Amino acid sequence: MLNVGTIQEGFVLDHIPAGKSMDIYKYLHLDQLDCCVAIIKNARSNKMGKKDIMKIECPIDFIDMNVLGFIDHTITVNIIKDAEIVEKKALQLPKEVVNVVKCKNPRCITSIEQELEHIFVLTDPRKEVYRCKWCEEKYRGRLRRKL
Amino acid sequence: MRHLMTPLDLSVEELDKLLDLGNDIEKHPEKYAHACAGKKLATLFYEPSTRTRLSFEAAMMNLGGNVLGFSSAASSSAAKGESVSDTIRMISCYADICAMRHPKEGAPMVASRVSSIPVINAGDGGHQHPTQTLTDLLTIRSLKGRLDNLVIGLCGDLKFGRTVHSLIKALARYEGISFVLISPEELRIPEYIREDVLDAQGIPYKEVEHIEDVMPDLDILYMTRVQRERFFNEEDYIRLKDFYVLDKKKMELAKEDMLVLHPLPRVNEISVEVDNDPRAAYFRQVQYGVYVRMALILTLLGIEV
Repeated sequence: MLNVGTIQEGFVLDHIPAGKSMDIYKYLHLDQLDCCVAIIKNARSNKMGKKDIMKIECPIDFIDMNVLGFIDHTITVNIIKDAEIVEKKALQLPKEVVNVVKCKNPRCITSIEQELEHIFVLTDPRKEVYRCKWCEEKYRGRLRRKL
Repeated sequence: MRHLMTPLDLSVEELDKLLDLGNDIEKHPEKYAHACAGKKLATLFYEPSTRTRLSFEAAMMNLGGNVLGFSSAASSSAAKGESVSDTIRMISCYADICAMRHPKEGAPMVASRVSSIPVINAGDGGHQHPTQTLTDLLTIRSLKGRLDNLVIGLCGDLKFGRTVHSLIKALARYEGISFVLISPEELRIPEYIREDVLDAQGIPYKEVEHIEDVMPDLDILYMTRVQRERFFNEEDYIRLKDFYVLDKKKMELAKEDMLVLHPLPRVNEISVEVDNDPRAAYFRQVQYGVYVRMALILTLLGIEV
């Protein structure tokens, strides 16, 4: 088993569906942060068979983890401070997500309007449906498991 | 300050009040002839429209106001690459209220975020067309005497037909409404209307392909045009454009007090022989469109007569 050392402050994301960690890396814009990130792919898991794990060492107010609720709210988010888990954050579906995913509708105003935010609003929490705020196109992302 | 993006921006009570005002304008036009004196309406039409633009302009003129604007994107700063947000900021300095039609869905909502004058969505792509819906509602209520307990047949392009989407959302709020959705497989209503409006609110509806089978059931038949400008593929358009043609023979199957509505322009979907049938209400609908836009302008400007 591969070992990655403990982190002093940051996040440990557990139970990520196997192979999805790079997508999360992208959606959390980790490429733009100057911090230490460890990605473990295809780790053994009793519950899931295989899973991905991510360790992100950064001040805990650097990343908005609410967006993970949009991507997959079954991911476990452990918040680390002084090398201890101080909180296990329960993810919920965010009411809206801004500039996380883009509207694919070619008729949507986001396709031409300069610097317009791509906003998706939760319209049906039961079915976990998000729609573009501007054109109401449903988000059909490949990342979200239940859509 | 209020804008109108979808028919649902108005509550049922507000809508009733607006339609009452429309009917009062119909009966006493002289009372409102100078209500908007000194006010200006900007008509920002980024795609061609005769009816809606002229209806807005006629409405403002009937109220004693003035109009300015453009009738295609080519004759506006959009051709130079100006954003919708910038255009509306500028127009806010010129006019008191504006009506915007845009081929991109959500454009009027983007405008409303930064506008300092009321913005009316005059049609955005295949998305919403709320003032057509207000027109339809005023026509139905004036000619049928009610907006509840009706069987509404919607026929033709239900996929891209924004008038249909707006009308379904608006009528779904009334008691005893059921819909018969008549369209070819390819032009059925979008999922978001089916799931978020009809299924979510438990509104009875059925989807059929042949108009003859359902004609006797309908209180209202709302015909629509298959719109060339909504297709990316010309072949699909040609295949579907003459799928439905309402003629005298089909009208014989309908109730004596059924009404035929159409947002116009008509192409082939209603034969001209139907025009003289007393149930053909589509030209009266145009007149109601002016009254309801007058009522809307007065309401959004907060002018009481």
